[in-house]
Amino acid sequence: MKYTEGSEIHDTKAPAGPIEERWEKRKFSAKLVNPANKRKLTVIVVGTGLAGGSAAATLGELGYNVKSFCYQDTPRRAHSIAAQGGINAAKNYRGDGDSIYRLFYDTVKGGDFRARESNVYRLAQVSVNIIDQAVAQGVPFAREYGGLLDTRSFGGAQVSRTFYARGQTGQQLLLGAYQALERQIAAGTVTMHTRHEMLDVIVADGRARGVIVRDMVTGEIERHLADAVVLATGGYGNVFFLSTNAKGCNTTAIWRAHERGAYFANPCYTQIHPTCIPVSGEYQSKLTLMSESLRNDGRVWVPLRKNDTRAPGDIPDDERDYYLERIYPAFGNLVPRDIASRAAKNVCDEGRGVGPGGLGVYLDFRDAINRLGRDAVEKKYGNLFEMYERITGENPYDVPMRIYPAVHYTMGGLWVDYDLQSTIPGLFVIGEANFSDHGANRLGASALMQGLADGYFVLPTTIGDYLAAGPFGDVDDAAIAEAEVKVRNKIDRLLSVNGTRTPDSFHRELGKLMWDYCGMERTEESLRKALERIPELREEFWQNVKVTGTAEELNQVLERAGRVADFFDLAELMCLDALIRTESCGGHFRAESQDADGEALRDDEHFAHVSAWEFSPSGEPVLHKEPLEYEYVKMTQRSYK
Amino acid sequence: MNLTLRVWRQSGPSDDGRMVTYKVEDVSPDMSFLEMLDVLNERLILEGDDPIAFDHDCREGICGMCGMVINGVAHGEQRATTTCQLHMRHFEDGATITIEPWRAAPFPVVKDLVVDRSAFDRIIQAGGFVSVPAGSAPDAHSVPVRKEDADAAFDAATCIGCGACVAACPNGSASLFTAAKITHLSLLPQGQPERLSRAKAMVDQMDAEGFGGCTNTGECTAVCPKGIPLETIARMNSDYLKANAK
Ligand SMILES: Cc1cc2nc3c(=O)[nH]c(=O)nc-3n(C[C@H](O)[C@H](O)[C@H](O)COP(=O)(O)OP(=O)(O)OC[C@H]3O[C@@H](n4cnc5c(N)ncnc54)[C@H](O)[C@@H]3O)c2cc1C
Ligand code: SF4
Ligand code: FES
Repeated sequence: MKYTEGSEIHDTKAPAGPIEERWEKRKFSAKLVNPANKRKLTVIVVGTGLAGGSAAATLGELGYNVKSFCYQDTPRRAHSIAAQGGINAAKNYRGDGDSIYRLFYDTVKGGDFRARESNVYRLAQVSVNIIDQAVAQGVPFAREYGGLLDTRSFGGAQVSRTFYARGQTGQQLLLGAYQALERQIAAGTVTMHTRHEMLDVIVADGRARGVIVRDMVTGEIERHLADAVVLATGGYGNVFFLSTNAKGCNTTAIWRAHERGAYFANPCYTQIHPTCIPVSGEYQSKLTLMSESLRNDGRVWVPLRKNDTRAPGDIPDDERDYYLERIYPAFGNLVPRDIASRAAKNVCDEGRGVGPGGLGVYLDFRDAINRLGRDAVEKKYGNLFEMYERITGENPYDVPMRIYPAVHYTMGGLWVDYDLQSTIPGLFVIGEANFSDHGANRLGASALMQGLADGYFVLPTTIGDYLAAGPFGDVDDAAIAEAEVKVRNKIDRLLSVNGTRTPDSFHRELGKLMWDYCGMERTEESLRKALERIPELREEFWQNVKVTGTAEELNQVLERAGRVADFFDLAELMCLDALIRTESCGGHFRAESQDADGEALRDDEHFAHVSAWEFSPSGEPVLHKEPLEYEYVKMTQRSYK
Repeated sequence: MNLTLRVWRQSGPSDDGRMVTYKVEDVSPDMSFLEMLDVLNERLILEGDDPIAFDHDCREGICGMCGMVINGVAHGEQRATTTCQLHMRHFEDGATITIEPWRAAPFPVVKDLVVDRSAFDRIIQAGGFVSVPAGSAPDAHSVPVRKEDADAAFDAATCIGCGACVAACPNGSASLFTAAKITHLSLLPQGQPERLSRAKAMVDQMDAEGFGGCTNTGECTAVCPKGIPLETIARMNSDYLKANAK
């Protein structure tokens, strides 16, 4: 795949000056919209996860006219609901030395110095308000006997700053946002469109002015116009087919916005989560995550010997390799995700993996049960143990869990400036759908924080600055018609192929290819292979896919086919992005770039930048580099030893 | 494993619907129930048939989107389990399995096993929230909550809004769902100011949606994947009575 290099991006709209004052400055300089005008302004928010739900509710409260969309049957089911572990905030309620600065520092370092300092600092500042907001809404966070909030620690941090609600933090936070959203629906400020899939952005006179959506029940193609559009459509990890994401997660919204001119940043940054239940068979439809908090007490090990087929209980201690504790004594089992994932892959590659196909390592609670007692362990992790047993049929109190890394989160996404605005004026992108705050690796418990920071606090301010110049008047008919025709053509094309393979069979094959060639470890050779194979497979897809039914009904095959089509295009860009970035950093491990100990080797001289890709209809994308500067946290090689 | 499935097929709300029989072979005991249906659907697509429409998303038992009546029981016979978390190892080789959608007048069938549960959202719209605008909340530690209260509120808050309780109830009552939501907020200090008005508005909306009344048969908690207890309904009733007495 060919590409060209375009101009560098230098202005991200972040205010200058001391980092502690930048957000205050920006808030003060943002133009205000007077209450009477807000009613005349319409904002479309696509997605009702933590980012979109909180944004739509807040914009509604502020008095804007909001139209909200999601593909599920109710906004409360967005993928955010699945988050288990927790949400970070620099409250320092424990007095263990936490501060905004420390959260900022940990996040920049954890992201392997590929995130923007200004954004991350703001995230740490706002984190404090998120907890207040959620508690006021009635989110039942875990509490201590004294009635105050409980916290725990997570991978990559040495302070206890993670707030949690048993193993259901995402659900409880989302219900808070959902309830706020329903309140606005009742108040008439938000109109909700469930079971609607956004299929294109309407761009007129250089501004985002609406969306084309498909009513997933009737099949009707609808146009919705607005003064600004917000995409909160989540991540694209499902490009790998197997991942911890909900089945419906996809890239369609952001990919089609990319085709309309929004830059796509760092597409190759994929986070692999170290503690998932291993793949068990070809029919498998998704992977299930076991919360990282298990590594607070569970010990990770494999047999010392290769191909050791003894039952785990028959392997004596001196024939076990507690490899995380051995290699990373300072953090032990709590090293960050990218480190733990790669270490697991390495021992399995050596032939020491356990379970079917040797793709698994043990997460063992034997010592914790001996130390704390079975009851205490059950209290802490009971629901997770039960979930494990349901899926695998094995009882983790008696035999160690088997875990393996799996695709979990995507740090790449649409490029946005400090105001969360994409390169299309009036198109804002929030939550996992944008690329902004996590760099090349996301620390645990910080995606929820970012989604809610964007939705409750950042976007409602910055979008006001944009909308102050509105309302923007009538939308050019030709632009609407063109977008609608494009959507219809794509649907007609999918329905007319009538080939011999299902959309899922293509998705599965694409996913496997991505995992093998652009997954946890990548090489120039593997990426070149992928770049050769993806276009062939895509060609076959368009020649041979079979989509049953019609466009004018509830048609889940058609829905899936459209998403798989977009995954093909995205996959190609991901591989290209990975090929060019010849360094290892965060979740991106280039085998050619490692140090003598086999640790990831970053190349700050050549790659301390964001790669923002501009779509080109000719098929030759244009690479714009945004240099990253670190004024506050000195760039160092990350070490957890 | 080899199975015979009897599945409810209905092309749309106005279609009468009927049971259709399918044979599925090579089912692995490690498959989830939905994965077993995926396998059947892949085959139906290749044969040019319309695959069976069903709702699902997280496949982890938390989003509440999946849901079907399996052998007459909402989410199947295994206790405290959503359909996506039900695995085929709990069925016997050669078994016949009947699969139907949630059946309740306020949950009209959209297609096959997909039903419209938006009535639940309207119950929340009626008052299932704490009125707090973004950006004005006091420090989270300024209102301590007794751990016991927080835990009990949490137990109620785990409701995933799946609707199995409605599907299982002989009266088609939404009491367990509504009571879970009311209980969650009424046990927390944050929920107090609107406590009674909330209970009244939500219960009235539940009735307006056409859900039946509760006669304490307990079928709801028996199928609830999150084990929401029957006591929540008593709590709801008590708040509702107080609200009406005012
Ligand atoms: C199993 C699991 C556990 C996790 N645990 C944690 C954790 O403990 N802590 C943490 O911080 N993070 C965690 N994460 C990550 C975190 O949950 C997600 O990154 C985050 O919730 C994403 O939120 P979002 O609002 O950006 O998007 P989502 O919640 O994914 O919402 C996307 C929304 O967009 C809608 N949508 C998408 N495409 C379209 C379209 N074309 N048209 C219309 N609507 C569309 C969907 O309907 C949905 O409403 C976890 C993730 C997983 C998978
Ligand atoms: S009360 Fe239980 S069965 Fe009813 S909707 Fe909630 S989780 Fe589902
Ligand atoms: S698919 Fe989410 S609960 Fe079953």
